[in-house]
Amino acid sequence: MSTTSALGGVVRRREDPALIQGKGLFVDDVNLHGMLHVAFVRSPFAHAKITSVDTAAAQAMRGVRAVYTADDVRHLGLLPAQAAAVGRPLLADGEVNHMGEAVAMIVAETRAQAQDAVDAVEADYDRLPVVIDLKEALANTNLVHEGVESNTLITWTAPFGMEEDGLNELRAKIDGYKAQDDVVVVSLEMVNQRLIPVAIEPRSVVAEWHAGYQQMTVHSSSQSIGAVASSVAIMLGIPYNQVRGIAPEVGGGFGAKLALYADELLIPWAARELDTPVKYTETRREAASNTIQGRGWLGTATITGTRDGQVLSYEIDAICDLGAYCQDLTVAIPFLGVFVGSGQYAFDTRMQLDCVVTNKQTTDAYRGAGRPEAIYYIERIMDAYSREIGMDPAEVKMKNFIPSESFPGATSPVGFAMDTGDYAMNLQAMLDSPEYGAMKLARDELRSDGKLVGLGMSTYVEACGFGPSALVDLGFSWSGYGQPSAFNGSGLVRVNPDGTANVIIGTGPSGQGHQTTWAQIVSNELGIEMDKIRVTHGDTKDAPVTIGTFGSRSAAVDGSATFEASRKVREKAARIAADLLEASEADIQFADGGAHVAGSPDKRVEWAAIAEVAYQPHRMPGGEEGGLEAHAIFSPGNATWPFGSVACLVTVDPDTGDVSIEDWVSMDDCGNVINPMIVDGQIHGGIAQGVGQALFEEAIYDDEGNLLTAGLIDYPMVTAVDVPSFNLSRTTTPTDVNPMGVKGIGEAGTIGAAQTLVNAVVDALAPLGVKHVDMPMRPRRVWQAIQDAKASA
Amino acid sequence: MQVSMTVNGQAVSGDVDPRTLLVHYLREDLRLTGTHVGCETSYCGACTVIVDGKAVKSCTMLTAQAEGAEITTIEGLAENGDLHPVQEGFWERHGLQCGFCTPGMILSAVTLLDENADPSEDEIRLGIEGNLCRCTGYHNIVKAIEYAGAKLRGEEPAPAEWEVNA
Ligand code: FES
Ligand code: FES
Repeated sequence: MSTTSALGGVVRRREDPALIQGKGLFVDDVNLHGMLHVAFVRSPFAHAKITSVDTAAAQAMRGVRAVYTADDVRHLGLLPAQAAAVGRPLLADGEVNHMGEAVAMIVAETRAQAQDAVDAVEADYDRLPVVIDLKEALANTNLVHEGVESNTLITWTAPFGMEEDGLNELRAKIDGYKAQDDVVVVSLEMVNQRLIPVAIEPRSVVAEWHAGYQQMTVHSSSQSIGAVASSVAIMLGIPYNQVRGIAPEVGGGFGAKLALYADELLIPWAARELDTPVKYTETRREAASNTIQGRGWLGTATITGTRDGQVLSYEIDAICDLGAYCQDLTVAIPFLGVFVGSGQYAFDTRMQLDCVVTNKQTTDAYRGAGRPEAIYYIERIMDAYSREIGMDPAEVKMKNFIPSESFPGATSPVGFAMDTGDYAMNLQAMLDSPEYGAMKLARDELRSDGKLVGLGMSTYVEACGFGPSALVDLGFSWSGYGQPSAFNGSGLVRVNPDGTANVIIGTGPSGQGHQTTWAQIVSNELGIEMDKIRVTHGDTKDAPVTIGTFGSRSAAVDGSATFEASRKVREKAARIAADLLEASEADIQFADGGAHVAGSPDKRVEWAAIAEVAYQPHRMPGGEEGGLEAHAIFSPGNATWPFGSVACLVTVDPDTGDVSIEDWVSMDDCGNVINPMIVDGQIHGGIAQGVGQALFEEAIYDDEGNLLTAGLIDYPMVTAVDVPSFNLSRTTTPTDVNPMGVKGIGEAGTIGAAQTLVNAVVDALAPLGVKHVDMPMRPRRVWQAIQDAKASA
Repeated sequence: MQVSMTVNGQAVSGDVDPRTLLVHYLREDLRLTGTHVGCETSYCGACTVIVDGKAVKSCTMLTAQAEGAEITTIEGLAENGDLHPVQEGFWERHGLQCGFCTPGMILSAVTLLDENADPSEDEIRLGIEGNLCRCTGYHNIVKAIEYAGAKLRGEEPAPAEWEVNA
């Protein structure tokens, strides 16, 4: 179960020394001379006509330099978004559609002055009926947007690409299964609730206009600084090469810093208007109400299967909450759920996801993005079905997995080609692991102590590191942001005259350790020591065109591009070295900072000597072009499909409903591993976010559309006491869609987690007759489930 | 109003608006931007500094309340360029990802180990309960603090999990 890749070594992170000494630079740390500060006037209502906005009093306040409304910025256009059926104005224009929507923007000399002026802006509203409940939204009882005749913007169905006739035939086929004798039909309506991503660093933007050079510099804590820069260029009418986007350290993203925000355009615009640097840092409450939210599905999952564990069909009908406007990937997120469909199983699958607008903040990519939702439903209902027929869930899974012989090249029941997988092997590895054995023993011990104890299990498959680039033809393009590069990765590698190397990438980390991992990739290829390799990211001044960090794509896509760029440099260097060493090119090997002839380590030449030749073209063998650098663009042939098995043990306090996690085991498979330490760290954090969804977190809007959970006091987060240490192991099934055999790992932990916990809690409460508990399983809800079960027993 | 205090061993004084929070004085007046603001409402712990030996969320304290106090921020933790064992532990055991919670987390851990030289895993978890981390799931933060505890006690830290599992 150890890694087989030559890259698989632990290397301490090179980004850490600055961060552990408080010397990392985050956007809010940027302090420019004369910098002005921004505060927004935000709507107290979820749905209303704006009848007037009077800014005169605010404008007259001390320190206030400008107050802007929609009238000032309307000419810039709507916020660009993919599939922008309902785009967002930069400042609310005549109507507000969710609580907290920005109505006016104040620019003042200090942050306190800007905030003080907020109350001086007088805005009058005529309230409109609000659309909060998902079933009411679907029924079009009230409409969110006048002129958009249905709240349902799009309905995704699966199998993918199947027309209505085909879907009807499939429905009839499934009805046929249900009519058979001796089958069971298990169906549950379940909530996969709305979440607030809560990166600990609030989003922040600082812009500076250099009037003399007509250049814009914009700092933003973004996962996709290239898209920020190109959007600023397009909307403010500046050529791309006159805009510099910088994402220095990014304090956690989790998808929420991927979407493009109105402030990322308004702040640069104001900086140019006022010819003075401008900063905006959101407050925690603004982060809750105005940074994108995630999830928000209400769905019914149904399994039809035999009494001996053969599943015949899976169906899911869900309503997906888009929120008020489309931003970035909003409508595409449920589609990612279609991608993973019914997970790792081979049975007939039908999906219908109705995506509706509501008077709430927009939803978009939050760690996992559509895939945790989809896996939640299939894994919960598989568990309920196993329970119904009285079979071990693992046994039921084994019966229904897509068989390993189908790989490579399996097609999922919803019609997507998958790369590699061996689900039974992975699950068996978990079942056989000593950690899982210990967990079962612990369960039995706790049970004999009279505790309410449950062991839950889930498996998962994920699609990530999306490609090929032809996916843009399906409408998933960043062209509205001026970034045609969706689904490509890029990397640039240069060896300098002194034998050091620069690696410049367009993707950038928000904690994933790109500087370390990319140095490993290049060091491994070129044999240049890690500390002689400098990795630069997050600055569009230098970066090759690319799209950013999301969808667990960086290593698999941009990492592969960097790998290929390194390979090009290596091939050229091998020709030079062969010439210098009078050896055959095929015999040249790279290690320890130079090249040598295979079998004769003394016949060697240092990288600096190779570079010297490369930068004196007259010395190049065979009239080869000078220079020692290469750029590569990589477009993967397919997504990668990581998978895994997860189990956890919980105890439930019957008097309080308190759930505590006693133990956790994960057996993940993300193909080859570049740095096991970093990969494990990604899984740890991912699990904790899934635990947060399962136990605590929920973005709650009341009937009027007020966000009741805007402060952290009302939005409980996982703390150190809520989780145990996690037992992680791996199987290794390399992908065949990229040269390093790596699959993504940024989201897998989250995708595997939430339903594992719910399955465990249901396992604990099943003896009382409980069949399901919706998330978040806060004590009160669990306690109520126990009482209800007792009452109906 | 006038304030004076000792920050990272240096006497500092300044003129502040009476409503200035300590975190803003540190970040904006002293330019010690290693102290982070995650919530400004005393929940996240990103702004934690050490005031007279105790971990304090500096967004809950007015600058005036720190009059005469002895303050250590993350910038003042390393001595003569040598990392504090807790900083070393975070580096050695991958106790940080994005690094935003890290300064506050490290300073909480420093006071935790001051008060309890050999804490159990549960005691460590309880000790950092007031510091939120969204990236690490706390797993490696616990390992980092265990590493630092061993170092401070003059013991050899337990090997990293990846060394054991390799
Ligand atoms: S900023 Fe002080 S506790 Fe969050
Ligand atoms: S390392 Fe990112 S919040 Fe803790």
